[in-house]
Amino acid sequence: MAGRAVPVIPGGAAGALVVGLTLGTLAAVALRADGPAALGPADWAAVRFTLVQAVLSAVLSVALAIPVARALARRRFPGRQALVTLMGAPFVLPVIVAILGLLAVFGRGGIVNQALAALELPPISIYGLHGVVLAHVFFNLPLCVRLLLQGWSDIPAERFRLAASLGMGPGEIRRQLETPMLRAVVPGALAVVFLICMTSFAVALTLGGGPRATTVELAIYQAFRFDFDLGRAALLGGLQMALTVAAGLLALWFARTPAFGAGLDRPPQRWDAAPGWDWVWIALAALFLLVPMAMVAIRGAEGIARLEAGVWSALAQSLAVALAATVLTLTLAVPLAIGARRVRGLDVVGYLPIAASALVLGTGLFILLFPFVDPGQLTLPVTALVNALLALPFAVRVLRPAVDTIEAAHGRLADSLGLTGWSRVRWLLLPRLRPALGFAAGLSAALAMGDLGVVTLFAPPDGGTLPLYIFRLMGSFQMEAAGGAAVILLAASLALFLTFDRWGRAGA
Amino acid sequence: MRLAFIAAGLVVGTSALADTPVLTVYTYDSFVSEWGPGPVVEAAFEETCGCDLQFVAAGDGAALLSRVRLEGERSEADIVLGLDTNLTAAAAETELFAPHGLTAPELDLPIAWDDPTFLPFDWGYFAFVHDAEKLPEPPTDFKALAKSDVSILIQDPRSSTPGLGLLMWVKAAYGDEAGAVWESLADNIVTVTPGWSEAYGLFLDGEADMVLSYTTSPAYHLIAEDDPTKGAVAFTEGNYLQVEVAGMLAGTDQPELAAQFLDFMLTDGFQGAIPTTNWMYPAKTPSGGLPEGFETLTIPEKALLLSSKDAAAVRDDAVREWQGALSQ
Repeated sequence: MAGRAVPVIPGGAAGALVVGLTLGTLAAVALRADGPAALGPADWAAVRFTLVQAVLSAVLSVALAIPVARALARRRFPGRQALVTLMGAPFVLPVIVAILGLLAVFGRGGIVNQALAALELPPISIYGLHGVVLAHVFFNLPLCVRLLLQGWSDIPAERFRLAASLGMGPGEIRRQLETPMLRAVVPGALAVVFLICMTSFAVALTLGGGPRATTVELAIYQAFRFDFDLGRAALLGGLQMALTVAAGLLALWFARTPAFGAGLDRPPQRWDAAPGWDWVWIALAALFLLVPMAMVAIRGAEGIARLEAGVWSALAQSLAVALAATVLTLTLAVPLAIGARRVRGLDVVGYLPIAASALVLGTGLFILLFPFVDPGQLTLPVTALVNALLALPFAVRVLRPAVDTIEAAHGRLADSLGLTGWSRVRWLLLPRLRPALGFAAGLSAALAMGDLGVVTLFAPPDGGTLPLYIFRLMGSFQMEAAGGAAVILLAASLALFLTFDRWGRAGA
Repeated sequence: MRLAFIAAGLVVGTSALADTPVLTVYTYDSFVSEWGPGPVVEAAFEETCGCDLQFVAAGDGAALLSRVRLEGERSEADIVLGLDTNLTAAAAETELFAPHGLTAPELDLPIAWDDPTFLPFDWGYFAFVHDAEKLPEPPTDFKALAKSDVSILIQDPRSSTPGLGLLMWVKAAYGDEAGAVWESLADNIVTVTPGWSEAYGLFLDGEADMVLSYTTSPAYHLIAEDDPTKGAVAFTEGNYLQVEVAGMLAGTDQPELAAQFLDFMLTDGFQGAIPTTNWMYPAKTPSGGLPEGFETLTIPEKALLLSSKDAAAVRDDAVREWQGALSQ
């Protein structure tokens, strides 16, 4: 049993810490409540809406990502890498900024409606369930494409060579190579998007068109802020977590490790003729993801001149938080992904934090810390910790299949060499994990840069992170300056992501 | 002996340095931003108080209250600044606040003020803001608005104080008919945003004809951007008031300083900053009067305001009514 050979104690410790933090904060909130709580009909309506939009968003994101990723996997063209990276931009922007970009395209005065008006066609409205799903696909399509691309690049180059020498066409390659790979990767991708959308708050509320689009996260927010009913907040938080665990287990059940065997880590070369519609998919995805981002950049460019010095200290704080969060994420994710070889399902623990409502997590930490220290003093460490937890599912999602692939390919050789424990991690796993590590680090860093969740709860005495700075600008009528700061945030997030991702691929 | 003296002197010296009293004021986010009143107010108060005034920003008005409730009696806060009258009843009920004990100067509010716990620092009328060039003749009451095809952006009462203000506005104007009014408004509402910033941002991007804001919002565009096109509409039912208040916490370790701050709050050093940083009316008009441009603002004929007790009493049912009417 190859799995025995890897250390499990660090993974167990990381898992225990994650469970402790997510469930501990939930318990802290529940225990601070004044009495028993109950859920009303409005809460159940919120659960229903949340599930419907999350399922729709996950299925659509992944369904669209498959042809896009396939096209990107078999086409080589100048600027391909830059395109893949840029397409990830929506994922790292603060939600409201990305929404404004989306509205510049699909909104009432957006490009699409201007075009429709020019053609004398009736305007479309983005507000409603379809708008919420559209926005979620916009946010999550890049992540799905990247996860699937990772799957494609995990198929050893030798298999494509073999397929070519056997004279397989695209259809045969799809059956023999791509479908087994997709069966391994798609359930995880579906689960990740589903989970992200489960905790959606600002997107659903802003684009949902009204209280019909109430999500569980908004219901939690209401319980905290409006009713100060901590019991109900904890109950809703627990329900959200239960749904997530169920989704995670389901994904685990469906995921199958493909048996491609070993390869020599050569970059894959493709001999099968790629159909021309590859370009259509690439062009459509690029348009859909890049035009709104370009609108954010164009509109924001004017605002940069209006920024004051405060933006730089906010940027510095954000960078510090992002880097600290990245280190923490990897410290937790790597042992979890490796330990899951021994304890099946250990990596599912890594999904827990995203199910934990950021509000419950933050408030719970606040309740736990308040008796001992002034939470305001700990804003940045706590923000880094929470961001690390929130990025953990993505990091685990990226690392787990990579570990499996390495073990499937080289496990037996390593076993016969008696390479076990830490040396196996040091000499076999870590070097080969480098591309996945780089990608996971890039994601964590970029996510932490753009997050405006928990930092608002702890209220730093001076400044705060860049997303908070942007939000405060908007609250003071400074929409243009906020646009400028958003461009800086976008650039910084992309730079961070690129740096880590490049580092990862430099080893490949 | 001499050594002991020096030692004592050193101890006294350092503790005097460390003893600059700190006054901690919890307030909402936009108050402390570089463009908000925070920096001006801090400088002005520190000039006279011999203290260190520290603002701690905690989301919006509702978030402020839940933060103080979470912290309970051991809260670091001496003052909470930025609740409104829709929240004060719940705030008073926590028994975390102490009576201010001050005789306030004559205030320039459209209503009489006699709350023993909270003192107002600014106020404004909620109103729908529009662009006079794109919408020259905006509807002037809720019924006309509902009949028209004018589109509006509003905020969610569960997550935003202006959103809650609008809920109270319809309730104060229409009472038991409020649900029907909301149903008739449903097709005018483009979307409901989590907070003021999102709605106002969408409005400026042209997503709707009108947005729920304040009669004072056009002053920002006029004064800071030299843009006279934004207007606010006085409704024939009257416009609902928002009165923003501050209160002293019972558990404060600086009761005298806190009282001094509340006193200062209603003087020119604080009030003079309000119009062009918070873009609201000062609770006590500063001696120099209001800044140029404020005279152009719409002044509603009738001010509506539920007492804090009534607001607290109708709140939950009003939210349910709103949710029901807009969920069909």
